[in-house]
Amino acid sequence: MNRFDFIAPHNISEAVAAAAEPGSAYLAAGTNLLDLMKIGVSRPVRLIDITRLPGLDRIEWQPDGGVRIGAMVRNSDLAYDPRFARTFPAVAEALLSGASAQLRNAATIGGNLMQRTRCAYFQDTASACNRRVPGSGCDALHGENRLHAVVGWSEHCIATHPSDFCVPLAALDAVVELEGPQGKREIPLEDFHRLPGETPEQETALAPAELIVALRLPAEAARFAANARYLKLRERTSYAFAVVSAAAALEINDGVISHARLALGAIAAKPWRAREAEASLAGAEPTLEAFTRAAGFALADARPSGDNAFKIELARRIAVRALILAAEGTPEVMPALPASPFSTTPGASHVA
Amino acid sequence: MSLSISLTINGQPRTIALDDPRVTLLDLLRERLDLTGTKKGCDRGQCGACTVLVDGRRINSCLSLVASLDGADVQTIEGLADGDALHPVQAAFIEADGFQCGYCTPGQIMSAVGLIKEGHASGDPERVRELMSGNICRCGAYQGITEAVLEAQKVMADKKGRNAA
Ligand SMILES: Cc1cc2nc3c(=O)[nH]c(=O)nc-3n(C[C@H](O)[C@H](O)[C@H](O)COP(=O)(O)OP(=O)(O)OC[C@H]3O[C@@H](n4cnc5c(N)ncnc54)[C@H](O)[C@@H]3O)c2cc1C
Ligand code: SF4
Ligand code: FES
Ligand code: FES
Repeated sequence: MNRFDFIAPHNISEAVAAAAEPGSAYLAAGTNLLDLMKIGVSRPVRLIDITRLPGLDRIEWQPDGGVRIGAMVRNSDLAYDPRFARTFPAVAEALLSGASAQLRNAATIGGNLMQRTRCAYFQDTASACNRRVPGSGCDALHGENRLHAVVGWSEHCIATHPSDFCVPLAALDAVVELEGPQGKREIPLEDFHRLPGETPEQETALAPAELIVALRLPAEAARFAANARYLKLRERTSYAFAVVSAAAALEINDGVISHARLALGAIAAKPWRAREAEASLAGAEPTLEAFTRAAGFALADARPSGDNAFKIELARRIAVRALILAAEGTPEVMPALPASPFSTTPGASHVA
Repeated sequence: MSLSISLTINGQPRTIALDDPRVTLLDLLRERLDLTGTKKGCDRGQCGACTVLVDGRRINSCLSLVASLDGADVQTIEGLADGDALHPVQAAFIEADGFQCGYCTPGQIMSAVGLIKEGHASGDPERVRELMSGNICRCGAYQGITEAVLEAQKVMADKKGRNAA
């Protein structure tokens, strides 16, 4: 790990001012940043510790029923907040399907949004990687790319965004609140992560020194509380990143879907909102045929970026499965294996 | 640049003069404070061998910078027993054969203590396995580990019930 200066600002404006110096990075829990610093992928010369900034660790309910979540709220605290889990169950399920209990206890909301790709070549400083070193090439393109993107990729980068949390957030129209040297602004989560195009090194819409202050979920997103799921296919049951995942949320009135939301994870450099699929479901009955048609729309533009054509079919199936489970209803209690399409003891584990 | 960091470690207040902000909590414990019970497996958050409690919550000490922990309360495996009396989780691991080589065990035990405190597992082995998934056991002692966590949880709940009665 390279040497760095450690700065502990007392408030947001001090933090933003400190981060404006070139080579600075914000430190939240450090579960992604420290890991990348140890392997030489991130080499900040100044760490700005944001763990003690006042006011960033609160979950605040808005008068209209929406919620504002401070950037330093820990992943586990949000997932286990009873009102949050009841109101936005797919988000809680996604959080609990990520990483491990230890990591969720530390990891923050802001850090989760900002986590970097798990592409192996990105993490290996001996490999060519446009995202890490612009213009150096992309070793994944003709390398080990089973788990890489199938939508929204370019010849310059085929990496995926690894967050589970961000997938239901994209489906539910979450908004990110930012504060930077130019003041405050907010942007839809859907526009926060960028597709690679010719500039994969520009991973998010965050400007230099901008700080994520909070995340908001609008009151309208609560209408899906009774029919919302997150499903995540992994190469082992737990403590693994998604191969493909899907967040599905339905509002069903008198046997007809009035509103639908669908987003897919681990198939692109951003959480993939499937608006055409959603539109195809509005007014339809919640049937296998309707869900299969919707999933078809969601992946209509998919094409393999390498050895990963199988992910297109898997993503289609996980989307159908998530929609079926959402239609069946949000479980009374969080499943023993959150977001898992498998259960080793069927039935027995659904009641805590 | 030197930082002065106050920590409570296993109940003892300590002031750490940090000459280099790169020190992780794991390296502080093992290399500077001679508390080698906490193990280093991967050093990247992927195995759980380094699990300790910080302010009562289990975390991976390998991915935590001491510089950002000023004022924190840290509990490690060394601080778990009460003199010669084992903590119920320690006793349950012995009783249920929750280990073979023992390398992952301090992390497993600290993780189990955290899990029981969190209170989300109930008596469901599936939930225990899921919530212990952040601790890898190279020897595959998972069956015994799950039994030990369930047993310790029961013993601790019974004790709490008796104390309340
Ligand atoms: C072994 C392992 C398994 C994992 N598995 C999963 C998984 O299955 N699913 C999943 O979704 N995630 C997984 N993760 C990733 C984990 O969710 C992230 O590491 C974590 O959310 C990052 O949060 P943090 O607070 O530790 O961020 P940090 O590591 O402190 O920061 C990460 C990045 O965000 C920036 N940053 C942090 N906060 C802010 C802010 N407020 N404003 C602007 N920039 C900020 C930092 O500068 C840094 O670049 C895993 C991680 C590990 C190590
Ligand atoms: S896919 Fe993207 S992150 Fe991976 S090596 Fe290519 S440019 Fe780098
Ligand atoms: S040493 Fe910390 S998780 Fe492996
Ligand atoms: S007992 Fe050997 S690694 Fe777990």
